[in-house]
Amino acid sequence: MELIETDVLIVGAGAAGMYASVSAAKLNAQVVLCDKSLISRGGATVMAQMTVAAAIGHQEADHWTHHLQDTIKSGQELCNENLSYLLCKNAPEKILQMRDWKTDWANVNARIRQVLAPGHGIKRCCYVDFLNTGTAVARTLRGQVAKLKNINRVSGLTIIDLVIEKNQVIGAIGLNTETGEYVSIGAKAIVLAAGGLTQLFARNSASKNMGGDSHALALRAGANLMDMEFVQFFPIGHLAPRLVGMDPIMWDPFRYKLGGRLLNNYGEQFIEHYGGEDGDAYTVGRDLAAYAILKECEAGRGSPNGGAWLSFQHLSKVELDEAFGPIIEKLLANKIDLTKQAIEVAPIAHYHMGGIEVNESMETCVKGLFAAGECVGGANGANRLSGNAIPEAFVFGEIAGASAANSTGETPQLSLQIGQNALSNSLVELSCHAKQKSQFQTVTSRKLLFELQKLMWKNVGVLRNKQGLQMAIDEIRRMKNDIFPNLKPASGTVFNTSLMDWLDLRNSLLCAEAICLAANERRESRGAHQMEDIPFKSDKFTKNQIISMVDGDLVSRWQDVQKLEFDLEKQR
Amino acid sequence: MKNNNQQNVFTKLNIFRGTDSIKPRFETFKVPFQQGASILDALIWINDNVDESLSFRYSCINANACKECMMIIDGQVEYACLKKLQKSGSKLEPLPNKTLIKDLVTDIVPPKEKLLS
Repeated sequence: MELIETDVLIVGAGAAGMYASVSAAKLNAQVVLCDKSLISRGGATVMAQMTVAAAIGHQEADHWTHHLQDTIKSGQELCNENLSYLLCKNAPEKILQMRDWKTDWANVNARIRQVLAPGHGIKRCCYVDFLNTGTAVARTLRGQVAKLKNINRVSGLTIIDLVIEKNQVIGAIGLNTETGEYVSIGAKAIVLAAGGLTQLFARNSASKNMGGDSHALALRAGANLMDMEFVQFFPIGHLAPRLVGMDPIMWDPFRYKLGGRLLNNYGEQFIEHYGGEDGDAYTVGRDLAAYAILKECEAGRGSPNGGAWLSFQHLSKVELDEAFGPIIEKLLANKIDLTKQAIEVAPIAHYHMGGIEVNESMETCVKGLFAAGECVGGANGANRLSGNAIPEAFVFGEIAGASAANSTGETPQLSLQIGQNALSNSLVELSCHAKQKSQFQTVTSRKLLFELQKLMWKNVGVLRNKQGLQMAIDEIRRMKNDIFPNLKPASGTVFNTSLMDWLDLRNSLLCAEAICLAANERRESRGAHQMEDIPFKSDKFTKNQIISMVDGDLVSRWQDVQKLEFDLEKQR
Repeated sequence: MKNNNQQNVFTKLNIFRGTDSIKPRFETFKVPFQQGASILDALIWINDNVDESLSFRYSCINANACKECMMIIDGQVEYACLKKLQKSGSKLEPLPNKTLIKDLVTDIVPPKEKLLS
């Protein structure tokens, strides 16, 4: 086992992790920035094809307080408003900083082009053509990271667990996937920035590595999670025909730019029947649109593959060519001709509002442990506004990196011996299996993950009910306690995908349990948490739910929501 | 690969297996054929259903954003997520100009992103 030492370890190299590493390095901290995939390529950032919300007011008058009001409204009284404030207040500066760093925001007459997106009252959302926002952002930050000599970039390093002594981070243990060797990393501070957990659901827009690593690492280290029940289901994810080479959520900007018609199997528009105002704006909230599509399916009016039709057939070929640009060619390569056919769309798990509980310095209740990006809970409450994920990654990344660099605790040193011990504790399930044969030998990590994804989709998806949630909890505990410890990853050291899958699943099962437990405790419907058998909001649940691990078990408690301590109107 | 309407049609993938220390060979996998499915879909199907030890790189699955799944498909450099599965089958090999790590995985990590570099 190797031992390496650094000031700050950053886990995950998407927008949040890269921003954090730049901000920590500029304060002269020695940084290790690692990703279990490749730096800047593996997470959600690079897949973000769409928009970034920031009140820069380049298209119409705007102010961060308006953005904050929209964010809080969308969060349905559950936003940690101090975090939402940080997001909205600092987003404009980050957009302009990214422009200085040569992100090519779409612009008109030297002003950044901003469009209206669902839930925003003002044209506020910036983007990079065509459907290229995430790639462009990732490239920019990758360049900034590479300029700083005190950032040590490490691709292909999976963090297995954090090492904590007396509630203080002292380092982490990891697996070098390309060699199969284990590594100890001594660090005075750690920033978790490994993204969301939507891979837990059968229908998702996630990359393979979004199975909740940050959340599980945080829980096992003694930090809290909050509002885990709030998973955003993106209403019109691509369903059919098979479309490769495109992010499944690509249709949304075209729908509101061009007025794409959402139709049931009888060719009728239906959003209005569920209290939505789709009208001519096509900006109905994500939660309501997802709900409406599933209800149409339940009533037997869904499209053949279990979704709704999205049609652009009211537009001419010229209009489509102009709006879609090079995307039209990619669609034709998939044998999709929008002038001749509608496509099928359906809700898919897209973002997770809940996450690690942090204060305004992005620090958890564990000293030296910080978090940034999608894995942080609170800023978006019960439902995230379109366009808030990327600015959240920028802003929280920068704060977390600076806080981590400035974190000045008297840190005990991580020794090789402590690292070895931590590793044996983490892999105890793996080693105990080697000694026994079991009935589960035909089950693999992949198969169990597949079962978990189906279960989460069916019982903990867009529409939930008490019975389904209880069943899910029981089943997940059976998977976690009875089946998982008996799985045996294939042997081998070099690029052992089977061991990587096993480590992923270990985290995913813990996150799944946290989500189900939280969903089951919230006996109301609010934002992205919709209970069929309790279809109303209840004031007594206007609280954040905290999940923590006590003696190996997950427990839930309620906590007052943090409100702004100043008058927004006076900030203008 | 969730469509059931072509469940009984199969195709074959002839896949390079091996590492520096394990003798290279080709292994043939029978995979379900579905209209529109990608080579990557089929590789993931193999991992899920037949052999979880088959190694290949991918993150984004579908979006052609991570660019990790580049390999040689029927003699051409391709992204497995973009290349469609053929009824006639395909031959998959690792990139020839990169150091082999395992199966279809080659060393595409930039030198400055290595541990202890």
